[in-house]
Amino acid sequence: MTILSAQDLGKSFGSFVAAHGISCDIARGETVGIIGANGAGKTTFVNMISGHLAPSQGRITFHGRDITGLASRKITQLGIGRSFQVAQVFGTLTVLENMCVATAIARAGAALWPMTRRRIAAPEIVRDAQTALTQFGIAQYGDMLANTLSQGVRKILDVAMAAARDPLLIMLDEPTSGVSRQERHDLMTHVMGALRQRGVTILFVEHDMELVEAYAERVLAFIDGTIVADGSPQAVFTREDVRARITGHAPAARAAGGAHA
Amino acid sequence: MTRTSALLSAAAVALIALSGGWLPIWVLPISTVALGNGLAVLGMIVLWRAGLVSFGQALYYAAGAYAVALAARHLGIRDAVLLVVIGTLAAAALAYVAGFLLARYRGIFFAMLSLALSMILYGLLVNSQTLGASDGLSVPRATFLGFEPRGDDYTWALFAFTLALVWLSAAAVELYGATIAGALSRPMVDNELRIEFLGVSVDRLVHMKVVIAGLLTGMGGSVVGLSVAHVDPAMAFWTTSGGFVFVAILAGTASVWGAFIGALAFEAVRTFAVSTMPGTWQMTLGAALLLTILFVPQGIGGLIFRRRRATGAKP
Repeated sequence: MTILSAQDLGKSFGSFVAAHGISCDIARGETVGIIGANGAGKTTFVNMISGHLAPSQGRITFHGRDITGLASRKITQLGIGRSFQVAQVFGTLTVLENMCVATAIARAGAALWPMTRRRIAAPEIVRDAQTALTQFGIAQYGDMLANTLSQGVRKILDVAMAAARDPLLIMLDEPTSGVSRQERHDLMTHVMGALRQRGVTILFVEHDMELVEAYAERVLAFIDGTIVADGSPQAVFTREDVRARITGHAPAARAAGGAHA
Repeated sequence: MTRTSALLSAAAVALIALSGGWLPIWVLPISTVALGNGLAVLGMIVLWRAGLVSFGQALYYAAGAYAVALAARHLGIRDAVLLVVIGTLAAAALAYVAGFLLARYRGIFFAMLSLALSMILYGLLVNSQTLGASDGLSVPRATFLGFEPRGDDYTWALFAFTLALVWLSAAAVELYGATIAGALSRPMVDNELRIEFLGVSVDRLVHMKVVIAGLLTGMGGSVVGLSVAHVDPAMAFWTTSGGFVFVAILAGTASVWGAFIGALAFEAVRTFAVSTMPGTWQMTLGAALLLTILFVPQGIGGLIFRRRRATGAKP
């Protein structure tokens, strides 16, 4: 069953074409890796779907509904969550307080009136926030201010907050960028583990091809603003243009679900 | 607000109201005006906690005061409670309308746009003969739920009534701070993008805070209108807004009670400075502000009350 469908999606800034002719269908429950060189249109694609950018052309259908050009908060309410390349958290709050804010909004449904009647420190909100932090493996940082966290923990917190509403689809924009090689696998294990437990459909933009191989069931390869290859990691990684323009001389694909799954 | 602090503060307020009977009578009108201004400062604190400073709260202050004067003069309403309700709601309605414009701005644009709106009202009031032009309007003496206190009793009744409003407002703002919408103030300052991507409109949160601040400021203006028994366009002038900003800095955002202690301190310093050095009292006030910013940046509220976490979430 298709949950997200993009048809001929494009975005131009003046005469600069950031993305064009993007079409794809994402099935419910899939984990899809998005690869491409810098400036290939990966983040533009994620931004258009999440409502951060309005597409210049094309149509986006989510869960049977046209969401093209809707405001980001409407799209969030409809069930698409996202994290950012630069983690978007509340710097002067602790990790637990960050999670409480996300949990409280999710429970109140984001409407102003219920948010004005319910207490943020209600026991069930704090409990749910604690549970989420445990699932994502960052409960031990609960008392730390988000400003003082390492890049990796900030990134996980960003994802955990995006997942608080139990979205149908979650998009991770470079979840491991700025994180050391050793920490990347740990991060992905926690994040993917927690997300798969929720049965959410996952789109993730990633530069580390080992991680894409390990976690993606399907890969979308972006070159020059559009999707040039769409298929299993093995099929995509062995293509000439993908090897030349994206993966470089990286070793040929190993079986998905291999060493790091 | 916990049950204990609610009871304690209520007891303190009741004690102050009763002690009003023994205080020299000239202290009461000054204190009533100071507390009314404190209500306006409380509104500023609600905005400031979300990183917004308004240079135009005089708009709602004057709106509340003029609504009281007009309701008393033209509708023949005399009851103080009803008059304050009318003044408060009039200011809140005005803030609701202005909010559609203001909620789209932040920082200096929010501040100056607020100022611009208040100066429009000032211009209208000064030039409108039916609203008394630059002379303003007098406000007839009010009654209290059927009672008609006279002389010093009236002064005391208005003071006690204002104290009750102060307690109710402070408690309500404290409760609001513990709700989800209230606790989003700090996150709003930290990261608007994340709030939008949690599904909440930051503009609508700002709009809500503009209305709350306008409502409280209007209540303050209503009380001051009744206490002074006169309203005039100066209530909408930018120096009035400047005074609220001044006291807000003096008070700090740490505690709701800081607004009232700050307003009383401001009034005391001003009364003292005006009577002892009539030519240079502004200098004294300026020095007081300078010393506050240098040595007590958290304000009086931060000095007296321990700072609480915005979300109140304790592990």
